[in-house]
Amino acid sequence: MWIYEKKLMFPVNITRPDLKMAQALMAQYGGPDSELAAGLRYLTQRFTMPDDRCRATVNDIGTEEIAHWEMIGVMIKQCMRGASVEDLKNSGLLGSFVLHGRSVFPSDPNGVPFTTAYIQSTGDPVADLVEDMAAEQKARATYEHLMMLTDNEEILRPLRFLREREIVHYQRFGECLEIVQDLMCRD
Amino acid sequence: MSRCELMNKISQIQFVCVELNLYINTHPDDTDAIKDFNSYSSRLNNLIEEYEQEYGPLLNFGISPIDTGSWVCSEWPFE
Repeated sequence: MWIYEKKLMFPVNITRPDLKMAQALMAQYGGPDSELAAGLRYLTQRFTMPDDRCRATVNDIGTEEIAHWEMIGVMIKQCMRGASVEDLKNSGLLGSFVLHGRSVFPSDPNGVPFTTAYIQSTGDPVADLVEDMAAEQKARATYEHLMMLTDNEEILRPLRFLREREIVHYQRFGECLEIVQDLMCRD
Repeated sequence: MSRCELMNKISQIQFVCVELNLYINTHPDDTDAIKDFNSYSSRLNNLIEEYEQEYGPLLNFGISPIDTGSWVCSEWPFE
């Protein structure tokens, strides 16, 4: 069961169109290391994660990722707000506009649609947690690349917040890995 | 507090709760963290109640009462 809360996790208010950034942000919306991939990965791994502490961690971080995914979707929408068809035609979003209009469709900046082939759930807690830690680092690197592409504070503020969350999640997954390794040594 | 100020306050307190929640998941015996979590959680609930009295329901599926306003009519965060 999930409850929807009618708010964003962190405020997003982008007041002028920026189609380049709209396209770039698709990396975190429908790319391989996107918030969508993160959420699906952790929520899928819940079913085979041993130990209450680790189950709670993948459940809650998975849930938080969906809230991040929503933030990125709003950022993309706001970066496209006010852009004319002519603007879209002359931007990297031409293909996206032809296929999806002004909808915010989960694909990467190159238009490659999202696939669950990006994620893994092996049923092996060590393999899964190491994958999760790598995923958080890849997402952090992607956020840093995105932050190099703009000097607009309205875009940078939420990106800084999201980047910082990757670091905290990495820390928590590291603790889960230690918990699982301790359990295995005991058995 | 204006709608925006109240929403920002909720987001700030909720952020502390998210952080403590994740920390407590891997440190369930940290009594100080649990004390902090309970204190912030109670502040969060009070702020949500204050917001809902003024601006309508924030949570769906029965968590928020709808005598303060309609779920469908208030603004969506992606608008």
